[in-house]
Amino acid sequence: MNNFTYARATSVKDAVERATNDQNAILIAGGTNLVDRLKVFLDEPSQLIDISRLEMKRIERTSEGGLSLGALVTNTAVADHPDVRRDYPILSRAILSGASQQIRNMATVGGNLLQRTRCPYYYDTAFPCNKRQPGSGCPAATGINRMHAILGASDQCVAVQPSDMCVPLAALDAVVVVEGPKGKRQIPLTDFHRLPGNTPQRDTNLEPGELITSVVLPPVPFAKSGVYLKLRDRTSYAFALVSVAAAVDLAGEQIQNVRLAMGGVAHKPWRSKEAEKFLIGKSANTATFQQAAEIALLEAKPLTHNSFKVDLAKRAIRRALTVSAKGGGVV
Amino acid sequence: MEHKKRAEITSQPGFLGQALTAAGTAIAAPSLLNQATIAKEASQSNPGEINVKLTVNGEQQTLDLEPRVTLLDALRDRLGLVGSKKGCDHGQCGACTVLIDGERVYSCLTLAVMQEDKAIVTIEGLANGDTLHPVQAAFIDNDGFQCGYCTPGQICASVALLDEVKRGCASVVTPDLASPPQLAELSEAEIKERLSGNLCRCSAYNGIVAAVQQVTGQKPPSPAAVMVNEPQEMLR
Ligand SMILES: Cc1cc2nc3c(=O)[nH]c(=O)nc-3n(C[C@H](O)[C@H](O)[C@H](O)COP(=O)(O)OP(=O)(O)OC[C@H]3O[C@@H](n4cnc5c(N)ncnc54)[C@H](O)[C@@H]3O)c2cc1C
Ligand code: SF4
Ligand code: FES
Ligand code: FES
Repeated sequence: MNNFTYARATSVKDAVERATNDQNAILIAGGTNLVDRLKVFLDEPSQLIDISRLEMKRIERTSEGGLSLGALVTNTAVADHPDVRRDYPILSRAILSGASQQIRNMATVGGNLLQRTRCPYYYDTAFPCNKRQPGSGCPAATGINRMHAILGASDQCVAVQPSDMCVPLAALDAVVVVEGPKGKRQIPLTDFHRLPGNTPQRDTNLEPGELITSVVLPPVPFAKSGVYLKLRDRTSYAFALVSVAAAVDLAGEQIQNVRLAMGGVAHKPWRSKEAEKFLIGKSANTATFQQAAEIALLEAKPLTHNSFKVDLAKRAIRRALTVSAKGGGVV
Repeated sequence: MEHKKRAEITSQPGFLGQALTAAGTAIAAPSLLNQATIAKEASQSNPGEINVKLTVNGEQQTLDLEPRVTLLDALRDRLGLVGSKKGCDHGQCGACTVLIDGERVYSCLTLAVMQEDKAIVTIEGLANGDTLHPVQAAFIDNDGFQCGYCTPGQICASVALLDEVKRGCASVVTPDLASPPQLAELSEAEIKERLSGNLCRCSAYNGIVAAVQQVTGQKPPSPAAVMVNEPQEMLR
């Protein structure tokens, strides 16, 4: 770690001002991703702005009947909140499937959205990497790319966004509330993360000096039957190879409404609106779910070592939709 | 009273005495690191260091630290509390697990300066004098360790686990989020999932699971039985 100065932000305004005045400053919340990055010199801030003591630690009902999650609520507190368990079990389960209790106890809502890729080349500064140093190259494109993207990648970067929490958030139409030097604004979660394109160094559409203050969940009654299916190399404490958040709303046999998003497949949580459109009005059965899965993966462009992800994702979608159509629970 | 004796052995006075003597400080045990020594260090503080007040195992400690010092390094290198181990230093092994305000965290992933005014408890703070914490005793009873490197973290994690279950926290394998398991009915699958943030290279896992079963009031199976009958629920 380089040495930096440390400041404890006294208010959101104070944090925004500090971050705006010093472009080399970095905010720290739980620290579970940032401290890790600092140790291997991926980030070398001049100043660390500690926002962990700010008042953004509440989960509140919104006037629309949804929930607002403060940016500093820990992942554990979100997963265990009675309203989240009851109304958005899909979110509880996704969070509980991520990392370990020790990490979830420190990790925050805002930090989880902004954690950076686990691409091993990005982490190893002995390699070039366009995300770390634009223009230096992407060794993953032709190297070991088993963990990498099958959707939405560019020749500049094939990394995936690693968050579990973000997958149901994408499915639920969550909105990210941010505050910056130009005031407050709201960004739909599905527009929050970016595809790599020619600017893989930018993970999100957050502007300099902006910080996340909360994430708002709209009411989605059928999210109660939502499921999160996470597939990984070991059954616990590993990032997803492929994950699926699915929620099906049935009227008898017929699909009235549906949400479908994938994790571990792209530079952002991947909502498949095409598959959703196809499913609405169809009857809920394996053949329909299989067709939806084909649609969701239509654009897939696997790399040398990750073609297995395409089939894995299709099977995961079929299974997640099937379990959700039966009422949800553990997949 | 066997526990009492073993506690003395594991407190490693020899090792620690050596380390501190090498550093020119004639102090025999971590809890004896006194304020005078620390105050002296403070007066020679280097540029970039800031004054940090930590409450560790109930004692107030004042240190001058660069902001980049992790809690783990502060505990081990500055306070002589070498019970918490540095395994991976990247949040992947659990050896550095401590409790902050009652919740288990990895001390390698947090900066000491961020933990002011919080109650930090390390493995050294669990026993009550010479009486081991029930979880410590259960680890001994059930052979929950071999080399012991991961053990302090495993024990701290298990202590927190019990509290989490009492508070009704769920895990990803909890079938019904609305009614998470109570201590007496905590399944092996639950114990394993809830302790998955701690790795043990010696694979003392069966003994660790048995130790947790013992403190939840369940009857731990014999280690041999556990190894032969991998529970069906894990093979779902
Ligand atoms: C071994 C290991 C395994 C893991 N496994 C998983 C997993 O399986 N699934 C998963 O989803 N995650 C996993 N994680 C990642 C973990 O969830 C993240 O590290 C965590 O969510 C980050 O939250 P934090 O509060 O600690 O963020 P920090 O480390 O404090 O910050 C992360 C980034 O976000 C920025 N930031 C934080 N809060 C704000 C805010 N409010 N506004 C603006 N910027 C902000 C910081 O500047 C920093 O750049 C794992 C991590 C580790 C170390
Ligand atoms: S995939 Fe992206 S993060 Fe990984 S090496 Fe290539 S440019 Fe870097
Ligand atoms: S040393 Fe902290 S988790 Fe490994
Ligand atoms: S006892 Fe050796 S690593 Fe666990």
